[in-house]
Amino acid sequence: MTVGDIVSATHVPDEGPLAVGPEAARKIEGRSPWQLAFERLRRDRAAAISLVIIILIILMAVIAPVFAHLTGHGVFEQFRDTGLSVDGLPRSPRSAFLFGTDDQGRDVLVRVAYGARVSLIVGVLATALTVSIGTVIGLAAGYLGKLVDTVLARLIDVMLSLPFLLFAISLASVFQPSLTIVIVVLGIFSWSSVARIVRGQVLSIREREYVEAARAMGAGPWRIMFIDILPNVLAPIIVYTTLLIPVSIVGEATLSYLGVGVQPPTADWGQMIAEAATYYSVAPWFLIFPSLALLITTLAFNIFGDGVRDAFDPRSDRQMG
Amino acid sequence: MSINADASKSDGDVLLRVDNLVKHFPVQSTSLFSRNKDVVHAVDGVSLEVRRGETLGLVGETGCGKSTLARCIMRLHDITSGRVEFEGRDITRLSTGQMRPFRRDMQMIFQDPYGSLNPRRRVGSIIGDPFSIHGLADGKERKRRVQEVMELVGLNPEHFNRFPAEFSGGQRQRIGVARALALRPKLIVCDEPVSALDVSIQAQIINLLADLQDELGLTYIFIAHDLSVVRHVSDRVAVMYLGKVGELGEVEGVYQHARHPYTNALLSAVPVPDPATASDRHQIILVGDVPSPIAPPSGCRFHPRCPKARDTCVREEPDLVPRLGDPPTHVAACHFPVADGEDLADSKPEIGADKRIVEEGLVGNV
Amino acid sequence: MALLEVTDLTVSFSTPDGTLNAVRGLSFTVDEGQTLGIVGESGSGKSVSTQTIMGLTRGARVGGQALFEGHDLLTMNTHQLQAIRGAQVGMIFQDPLSSLHPYYRVGWQIIEMIRSHDKSTSKAQAKARAIELLRLVGIPQPDRRVSDFPHQFSGGMRQRAMIAMAMALNPKLLIADEPTTALDVTVQAQVLQVMKRLQQEFGTAIIMITHDLGVIADVADDVVVMYAGKAMEHADRNTIFYKHHNPYTEGLLLSLPAYGGERERLLPIAGQPPSLITLPQGCPFRPRCPYAFDKCMEEPPLVEIAGDPEHVSACWLPPDMKKREKMRQQLLDRDKAATAPAAAR
Repeated sequence: MTVGDIVSATHVPDEGPLAVGPEAARKIEGRSPWQLAFERLRRDRAAAISLVIIILIILMAVIAPVFAHLTGHGVFEQFRDTGLSVDGLPRSPRSAFLFGTDDQGRDVLVRVAYGARVSLIVGVLATALTVSIGTVIGLAAGYLGKLVDTVLARLIDVMLSLPFLLFAISLASVFQPSLTIVIVVLGIFSWSSVARIVRGQVLSIREREYVEAARAMGAGPWRIMFIDILPNVLAPIIVYTTLLIPVSIVGEATLSYLGVGVQPPTADWGQMIAEAATYYSVAPWFLIFPSLALLITTLAFNIFGDGVRDAFDPRSDRQMG
Repeated sequence: MSINADASKSDGDVLLRVDNLVKHFPVQSTSLFSRNKDVVHAVDGVSLEVRRGETLGLVGETGCGKSTLARCIMRLHDITSGRVEFEGRDITRLSTGQMRPFRRDMQMIFQDPYGSLNPRRRVGSIIGDPFSIHGLADGKERKRRVQEVMELVGLNPEHFNRFPAEFSGGQRQRIGVARALALRPKLIVCDEPVSALDVSIQAQIINLLADLQDELGLTYIFIAHDLSVVRHVSDRVAVMYLGKVGELGEVEGVYQHARHPYTNALLSAVPVPDPATASDRHQIILVGDVPSPIAPPSGCRFHPRCPKARDTCVREEPDLVPRLGDPPTHVAACHFPVADGEDLADSKPEIGADKRIVEEGLVGNV
Repeated sequence: MALLEVTDLTVSFSTPDGTLNAVRGLSFTVDEGQTLGIVGESGSGKSVSTQTIMGLTRGARVGGQALFEGHDLLTMNTHQLQAIRGAQVGMIFQDPLSSLHPYYRVGWQIIEMIRSHDKSTSKAQAKARAIELLRLVGIPQPDRRVSDFPHQFSGGMRQRAMIAMAMALNPKLLIADEPTTALDVTVQAQVLQVMKRLQQEFGTAIIMITHDLGVIADVADDVVVMYAGKAMEHADRNTIFYKHHNPYTEGLLLSLPAYGGERERLLPIAGQPPSLITLPQGCPFRPRCPYAFDKCMEEPPLVEIAGDPEHVSACWLPPDMKKREKMRQQLLDRDKAATAPAAAR
């Protein structure tokens, strides 16, 4: 996924249906552009399925303690006798351990469920941070222009050219690695792409006649930015947000895999994958289940994001010129 | 636009005065290191007055500066030099905040009925904007006043909660008119308000604007490229070419005794919806295109395309004064004005070919 | 035999809100060297109809017949159509930038156009032809401008370059879809003049699609007036302007500001054009027509007017012009007698 893809994908559908007569107008009365997008999203089967999967993953994260309760396996609990073979190796999936056990004799199923919590919290919070910073900076750079734009545009360029992993690793070595650091690092490194997209949109919207009309009526810059322009860039922002969540989740997993993210013994997919790497030949389940969880989650968010994008950009409906 | 263009209006009671207004846009420098000093001379010294209650038409082709002039008057652009006075007060250099009180009295209607309404906002809130920006009415009171103005422009007040996309082009333009009218301004700048509309709808909006002017005593600056529309709505008309006013006067004077060759060419190029006239008349076909406003021609800016160009036209810029015994209200900027009954087709430019735009294959007249 | 004979053309699209009937039974013919004007407002189906004939509408359900020199364009495959487009039928659109490729030189595009249809032409021959064409449409210094990029041309020059390209293979028919709408009046006059001259010189037939009755008065021989996907009236130019039968034609002409400049009130057509998805019952113009009466709840067929087989109109007013006038007056008096109608401003 490149920035270019996103930019082209987030064209705002602001032209209404052509020559809507009184009859047709009555029929669609009160349906806002958001409602129209939502209805298109509801008709998209792939998006609906992925949404169901996302809800199931969220449910899994929420009821992770239930998994622990039902299996009777605590998330940090090590079962050195039942969970490890006589050689001290992880045990394959069986009725007691549906997903098998890890190298410490812990239940992989329970840990995968708990791992979803970390992934989702980081995915949502880091994305929220990214999008808020990016939107405000993008709006300011795009609308205020001149010096503000020059300074912010350079800042965006600098942020985009910083090597993310190097920086993240060194940051984590300075500070104590923790969930907060992971969120802040992901947020600080991703806002620039959001800002760049928002700025581009604002630059074109600011030339629209309705913005000129607002200025002609005496509206100030803040009112124009947040009342006239923001609603028109929300669609691309929402689309980008849904596509950014899986990126944040993978980013968190990557940092944890490298040991600079969430620290043991907290259950985390990236960290589990890292630990399992050494055992992949003898205990493939240890690697497969967290990887699968990560894959399914990011895939579901990506497909859902595509659906959101299509809903906001219904090109296929606009063949009549 | 009022049917009786009262001549007595012509002296005094000036609502808006524009004095030697200049607007230059710097051309974006192409590279990071070389500073490109080119400027677009969008408006280059325009002076005019708009009197209370009249409609001043502003015509000219793409790039003549008519829209830029309108935006300078509305102070949507910064003004390079010159002066704009509204009701005798200088508004040329006012800040955004200082301009705000004036915006209650000066409003604008835009060309594009699709682009000038925010697609994400409901009609009621769009028309209510002027009230909320100026802190004039809230809640129920705002809604009441919005619905009042919707009714005034012929919209169903019950459609308050709809989105712009649910209206047709003509209805959308009514929304734009309602928004401009909400605070009962004194001056409305109409920037091509009917150009994007179908003819049958165009007439509805023109009649609406005329009725509102009669009812509310509005003053209009009416910009259009359609000369028959401008003739219909205007009391006086200014013809612009490359950032300057070429001719200015009472509408019938300008249309029937056009002095500037450009005005003549423009008038003769208008397609007439009448086959008999269309096949009878002599059309003056101008050669070439409007020169670049980055480096406008010397002297009279029309000389490279003018059938009557002489050396004087290349050297000296003509003044905007009455010509050939016209009344003082009818002025033209031309050294060699066109007399009544003169056929421009008989004229040949008498300047060097290097100073003219020459086209092969095209004859001057049809 | 007519050059192009379109019979009962229908075009519809399915949209999420229902079926959109863009063209509903359109018939017309174009003869060699003639100009057919198709006039109508946005949504009347005037552009969709010719685009469909040339196979340029995607996702549409199409019915009827369009015989070009006896071959039905609507049943041709893409390959056959491509051979006809450009070589036999040239097309010009409102926005020349959408048809001229920004990254290739104007001359190269004309040369490619020539050579893609006629492989036997050498590059040098094609280039000479391109220069000749640019000269023909009044581009100054064509031998130099031939190697310019489209953005180096002004709007009027681009439109003329488009005409040059459309005329490159000397087509028998030129379809011009609002060719001057985006242009200023003086440039429009130049472009129309070029088109008229080319027609005289090469005998090309032209379909001129426009919303501008002034352009129609200037160039058209025959005129089709379209509304809501149908031909409302079809006759020669003078009949349309001076002896029209259909109230819609009348309404269109009345809503224009008079060129003479009498400062009376304009007479707009009341109301808005109908939605093409939910058309009114009967005559599509009925809700806006000042003369509508009970018969108008049935859709009127195109009938011969005043014994002139070349003049047809879809309206229930009597075809005899004297009787029409009488009935028209009666219907107007009816309105006056009733309470004042809620006329749109």
